[in-house]
Amino acid sequence: MINLSILLLIPLATALLVLICSTAAQIRMVALLGSVAQLGYSSLIMLDYMSQRAAGNKAQMLYESRHSWFSSLNIEYYVGADGISVAMIMLTAVVVMTGILISWNVEKMAKEFFFLIVLLSLGAYGFFISLDLFTMFFFLEVAVIPKFLLIGIWGSGKKEYSAMKLALMLMGGSALVLIGFLFLYFNTNTGSGAHTFDLLKIVQMHIPVAAQQFIFPLMFVGFGVFTAMFPFHTWAPDGHSSAPTAASMFLAGISMKLGGYGCLRVAAYLMPEAAHQYSWVIILLSTIAIIYGAFATLMQTDLKYINAYSSVSHCGFVIFGIGMLTKTAITGAVLQMVSHGLMTALFFAAIGMIYERTHTRQVAQLGGLLKAIPFIITVFVIAGLCSLGLPGLSGFVAEMTVFVGAWQHPDTFYRTATVLACASIVVTAVYILRAVGASGMGPVKNDEFLKFSDASWNEKLASVALLICILAIGIAPFWLNNLVSPDTQLIMDNITRVVGVN
Amino acid sequence: MLGTSLIILIPFLPIISFLLISLVGRKNFPSFCGVLGTLSVLGSFVLSATVAYDYFFVVGKVGDAYQQMVPLKINWLQFAPNVSIDLGIMLDPISVMMLVVVTLVSLMVHFYSLGYMKGEERYATFYSYLGLFTFSMLGLVLSSNIFQIYMFWELVGVSSYLLIGYYFEKPSAVSAAKKAFIVTRFADLGFLIGILILSYYSGTLDFQTMIQRLTMQTNELHTITAASFMGASALAWGLVLVFIGGAGKSAMFPLHIWLPDAMEGPTPVSALIHAATMVVAGVFLVARLFPVFSGCPAALDIVMWVGVSSSLIAAIIACTQTDIKRVLAYSTMSQIGYMMFSLGTARYGGENGLGYMASMFHLFTHAMFKALLFLGAGSVIHYVHSNEMKDMGGLRKLMPVTHFTFLIACLAIAGIPPFAGFFSKEEILQSAYHANKVIFGLAILTAAITAFYMFRLYFNIFWNKPLPHKESAHDAHGAADAHDAHHGEGPATMLIPLVILGLLSVAVGFIPFNRLVTSDGKALATEFHMTFSIAPVLLATLGIFIALAFYKKESAVPQKMADSLSALYRGSYNKFYIDEIYLFVTKKILFPFVGRPAAWFDRNVVDGFMNMLASVTAHISALIKGLQSGKVQQYAAYFFAGAVGFVLIFIYWWT
Repeated sequence: MINLSILLLIPLATALLVLICSTAAQIRMVALLGSVAQLGYSSLIMLDYMSQRAAGNKAQMLYESRHSWFSSLNIEYYVGADGISVAMIMLTAVVVMTGILISWNVEKMAKEFFFLIVLLSLGAYGFFISLDLFTMFFFLEVAVIPKFLLIGIWGSGKKEYSAMKLALMLMGGSALVLIGFLFLYFNTNTGSGAHTFDLLKIVQMHIPVAAQQFIFPLMFVGFGVFTAMFPFHTWAPDGHSSAPTAASMFLAGISMKLGGYGCLRVAAYLMPEAAHQYSWVIILLSTIAIIYGAFATLMQTDLKYINAYSSVSHCGFVIFGIGMLTKTAITGAVLQMVSHGLMTALFFAAIGMIYERTHTRQVAQLGGLLKAIPFIITVFVIAGLCSLGLPGLSGFVAEMTVFVGAWQHPDTFYRTATVLACASIVVTAVYILRAVGASGMGPVKNDEFLKFSDASWNEKLASVALLICILAIGIAPFWLNNLVSPDTQLIMDNITRVVGVN
Repeated sequence: MLGTSLIILIPFLPIISFLLISLVGRKNFPSFCGVLGTLSVLGSFVLSATVAYDYFFVVGKVGDAYQQMVPLKINWLQFAPNVSIDLGIMLDPISVMMLVVVTLVSLMVHFYSLGYMKGEERYATFYSYLGLFTFSMLGLVLSSNIFQIYMFWELVGVSSYLLIGYYFEKPSAVSAAKKAFIVTRFADLGFLIGILILSYYSGTLDFQTMIQRLTMQTNELHTITAASFMGASALAWGLVLVFIGGAGKSAMFPLHIWLPDAMEGPTPVSALIHAATMVVAGVFLVARLFPVFSGCPAALDIVMWVGVSSSLIAAIIACTQTDIKRVLAYSTMSQIGYMMFSLGTARYGGENGLGYMASMFHLFTHAMFKALLFLGAGSVIHYVHSNEMKDMGGLRKLMPVTHFTFLIACLAIAGIPPFAGFFSKEEILQSAYHANKVIFGLAILTAAITAFYMFRLYFNIFWNKPLPHKESAHDAHGAADAHDAHHGEGPATMLIPLVILGLLSVAVGFIPFNRLVTSDGKALATEFHMTFSIAPVLLATLGIFIALAFYKKESAVPQKMADSLSALYRGSYNKFYIDEIYLFVTKKILFPFVGRPAAWFDRNVVDGFMNMLASVTAHISALIKGLQSGKVQQYAAYFFAGAVGFVLIFIYWWT
């Protein structure tokens, strides 16, 4: 029998064990084992989930469990999972494990480092399985604070500035989310005049449209900050570029998805009328993010900035898919979350491996690396190809689902936005191939490069794990699609129920 | 009929070879990888030939028409009810024909490369990429779903990228690879949106259903497709956008700029990808959707005019290029233009489908002689170590086999009977003649120019200079060179494909395409008009004689001609400055006026606002922090001032 709380207990136990370990070798081994155990349990959940669905279990959420937390305000610890949550849990488990592998050689304050990484993952798991808004907010906060320390202590470049900026902006975002949650709470009514944070109960109630119109923007912007929605994205480039590799992987791979998940699960699901009314704003902002992020990437010279801006563009697709309010587009948004999470983690991992050897991320100072470190550059190229949407890799599946879904919206404005979003794939190809060509190919820029050793076992293992996931989604997308699409259908049904078909 | 599992093996053998080589072979048995790749493609070829035989002569024909068969369809990604990407296999005359073309040319190239690429550092990698390409191309031609074709379309694009950039330490190769990918990606954007439009109106992505629904006249769908945007119907928009994708891959003007640069790749790659298979994908795509195109004459007119203008422009440019591979590249573009406009002159069904049949026929014959030309050029380059005409000349004695087969290919492409190109070109010209006299005129002019530039190439390589620079060439090679000192031919692995393709360039013209590959699957009666053939053949012969006069011996005549036609010559030599226009748009407009402002705006305005928020907060806090000084006297003063203030307020305002 699956118990979702174990998902929280494993990281908690790992974190505590890390604290009592003494040597760096013990610490990282404990962290790795913990993350492997977590990946194992997540896989078990996924398999069990799929078999239960296949057996005809129609409950909206499986593995529900609840405990009263603060009963006078009806705050509960309430968790459960649907297909979307399961997909996000798997994503988190893979990224955390590979992140720990990549950070194998962290010597500086290893205990604190791995403790914080594990703590971050705890926040993410909790967030993805929460069905109580208060629980959800609690875990959202848990997933913010460690980032400040990770960047501030283990970062590079102007790390204090970046850490501060990232933490403040994300805090601002979560403050908006909190206000939104509270307003929502006070607009609920369980019949006896009491309010509730219970997500599944709220969706059954009808939140007054006037309230929705006020709350929705708060929440959408709040979560939007997390997912680096234009114009609240500027924490991302600085934050990513200063962060240590594992933190970058976590930030872009998981943290940005917290926002997308929140926009979908809370904002769009609980406030369908407002989602419908504001969808043009969402589309406008996300289209800007997609195009403008792509063009801004074109001008970057630092590999991490390239990937950070390209993440702004790619995460734009998540918001774009949600804003289109068609079932296919929303499914595409979820696929994009998973795909982008894996791909960007791989990308940051590759950049980290390059940086560790060359000590520079400036494209102009690199060149010909394919000859020196073929494995790492091959990984880098594959991540790039995934980013530009090559079929057979996960990016293609996600983007095409978003495009096909978006095109189902027959309005001219939405069509134009879709064409513009499609156009970004050309710009993506330009910046990816420029980065890949300039750093990996061409004559060997510096003879020092030839002395580098290629990927070590932990780096290889991390890359291969991520590659396998990317390929699995790219080659056999139907399993992920089948996993999430009944639940995106539910969300969509909820929207069409109140606003009709657009 | 072969079982489905064996048909699946056709594309899968090459991908297995790709996986084996790249995961295991590259490290463990690099020198065996070439043989492994060749064997896998040999398997695919044998299976394809069997399928072709079965399809054309045993099971394909039901009644009087060849049928479309879909022996396999796997639901791969379900977007919405009825809208899904299904990976499948579709057999019909054009896909079966393409199977043969792709596996045959690929086999020749694999075999040839055993000699040509021998000793290369990344020999195994080369073969793995070839396997990836062959897989993708076969998947493309077998597609039963328009999104499937788009997927493999992208995959051939990336294999082409990898192979053009094979010599990745050469900056020119890297930038050529990048250019090829980006230009075709730009065109693919059109393709993608075209797919979205067509699938939206037909409610499916499946080729058969889509074609059926989009060609139904009575269906209400037809009125929906008439919904217009900017003066053209949605159907026309969809088809034109799809065609843009095809034009990009097939290097049609003005999206052709990547093809000449793509010659940076190893020559066998040029023969396979950039002459015989990938570049005709655009033609194949139009042919695949031909029934729909046929219902939309406006779209077919665009296909026709783009085709004929590409054909002519490329032929003119080819006359002045000095890099032999670039001449061949432009010649490819010109011949594909031929296939395109031939499709544009045709309509679905019966006699009207002549152009369709001719186009497919030309695609087939062209694949043979153009692959031969490239492989022949490869032999020459292998020997002289240069792509430039000026380094060649008088090679006929040194390379008799190459010389002879190259001559056959030149005659074939020039359209001299009884070589293959003659037959297919005749059909195309006939179709053009019936459809549009202007097109016919331009086509026949192009045919004459083609004969001229091909023989300019031929004479410059094999004649022109009195005796070859044998010694110098060998000096360049060094003593350890593996070549026979007496002649410059490569090893047998390189000669056998030349001979096979040479024979085919004669033989395939006699295949009765009119009975096998037609627009509606039914046999098409074609007549051979002797009188019609006289003019094109005469013109081609004239072209050959001019080339003979100019280039057989070194002479000053070509230079004089160039001087007297100076403007045209310079325009052609500089490829009509089309590259420069693109460079101008990207480097001088997009980058400085879109990219840089976006990056600047982001750093200074958007982020500047965030920083300003922070600094304003800090500023305010700095302003008011003096209030919290911790000094009791100061607090007492505030307290006193506040008390006085309240007193005053209560006395004067509070009433």
